[in-house]
Amino acid sequence: MMSTVMLASEAVTAHGLAAAGAGLAAIGAGIGIGRIGGSALESIARQPESLNDIRANMILAAALVEGAAFFAMVVALLVVFK
Amino acid sequence: MLRKFSLKTLSILLFSTLFVLSFNTACAYEPNDDKPMKGAKVEEPKGEENKKFDAGKLILEHISDAHDWHLWGDEEHPVSIPLPVILYTEKGLDIFMSSEFNHGHRDVTKNNTYRLEENHIKIVNDAGVIDEEASEKIMDFSITKNVASLLIGSFLLLWIVLTVARSYKNRQGKAPKGLQSFLEPLIIFVRDDVAKASIGPKYEKYMPYLLTVFFFIFINNLMGLIPIFPGGANLTGNIAVTMILAAITLVITMLSGNGHYWRHIFAMPGVPLPILIILTPIEIMGVFLKPFVLMIRLFANMTAGHIIALAFFSLIFIFGEMSPGAGYGVSVVSVAFTVFMGMLELLVCFLQAYVFTLLSAIYFGAAVEEHHHEEHAHEGAH
Repeated sequence: MMSTVMLASEAVTAHGLAAAGAGLAAIGAGIGIGRIGGSALESIARQPESLNDIRANMILAAALVEGAAFFAMVVALLVVFK
Repeated sequence: MLRKFSLKTLSILLFSTLFVLSFNTACAYEPNDDKPMKGAKVEEPKGEENKKFDAGKLILEHISDAHDWHLWGDEEHPVSIPLPVILYTEKGLDIFMSSEFNHGHRDVTKNNTYRLEENHIKIVNDAGVIDEEASEKIMDFSITKNVASLLIGSFLLLWIVLTVARSYKNRQGKAPKGLQSFLEPLIIFVRDDVAKASIGPKYEKYMPYLLTVFFFIFINNLMGLIPIFPGGANLTGNIAVTMILAAITLVITMLSGNGHYWRHIFAMPGVPLPILIILTPIEIMGVFLKPFVLMIRLFANMTAGHIIALAFFSLIFIFGEMSPGAGYGVSVVSVAFTVFMGMLELLVCFLQAYVFTLLSAIYFGAAVEEHHHEEHAHEGAH
């Protein structure tokens, strides 16, 4: 009984850790993109005339943050699908 | 004034496209339903043992490349479009249609005996066992699902662009019409907001590549969203495709790098030697890391989009296995969420094409940038 539980938990551990890793990456990216969006909105509210520049840079920065999160996601996927 | 106008037109265009296309996706996503439905039918066990629904396997099958273009049907009775298989082995060239495999149920004997195992072609020896050593030596030039999708996408793009180019010649000095007025804002957008803004005065040399890469990624992203035949392949979510795109960006950046660019990589001006020893390897790594991240970003974004759509559909069958009622209940929510995600994906399709082009342009801009405030010493560190 005990050994089957151990076996099952071992098989699950890798997947569980991968899922936790993907979740952590999502938290990180969420904080990053949230901050970018927040500051962009703030600066647009202050200077509505520079909307276009701010928007382009906001998307760029968000893409960079996303890229970092996707690294984590790809690693997690590799663990699950292998 | 003109700039404001073009941006406004662009946003109107973008959103109208979003709406039209999202309607298509909403309708077209429906047929996707019966794909897993048959694999996981809980209500009618047909006398056989109940097959457990494996969401991971289903998703992986859909996002990976294949030797035939699956239309509908479960594992036992699939309906698919056969694609040519082109193999080169030590014994010579073999060309046949993938339908000869009968979806992996039959071996094909040409110069070697081939077997389709999980979408990989393996060589079977006389004893009927897979010969791993020989299988590794197969050179597979097959027109797979992704290659076929690439060809379809390229022809579609060529047709669109050539039509527009012709109408520019015929209608010189007149207002744009038809497809022309669809593409012009996008082209002007790439020129003004991407190339001119990030490369500077030398932008014209890079326009052909930037426009090509933008429209190539954009059209293939959109085709990936269509779940039925001409689309549905996860082409821009294939790491080989994004790797080649990123490699071209790398090569262009390196070829157009001037002395100023290389000096900042190998010997950053004004930095003492001990720090240079640490800094230079990092800068050199950065040259390769930038396109590497480009590759990962496009690949992961598009793959994630496909996975999310499929995961929402898988939910139906995961709940359906518990009880059919729960399955029907969840299906409403799940289809609604998929439509929502599909709309978001349309935005992502455009954004990823934009981001790839923009970042490429920024790298080119860094490579051709002239220095302004430093003295004009040592030139041509090539």
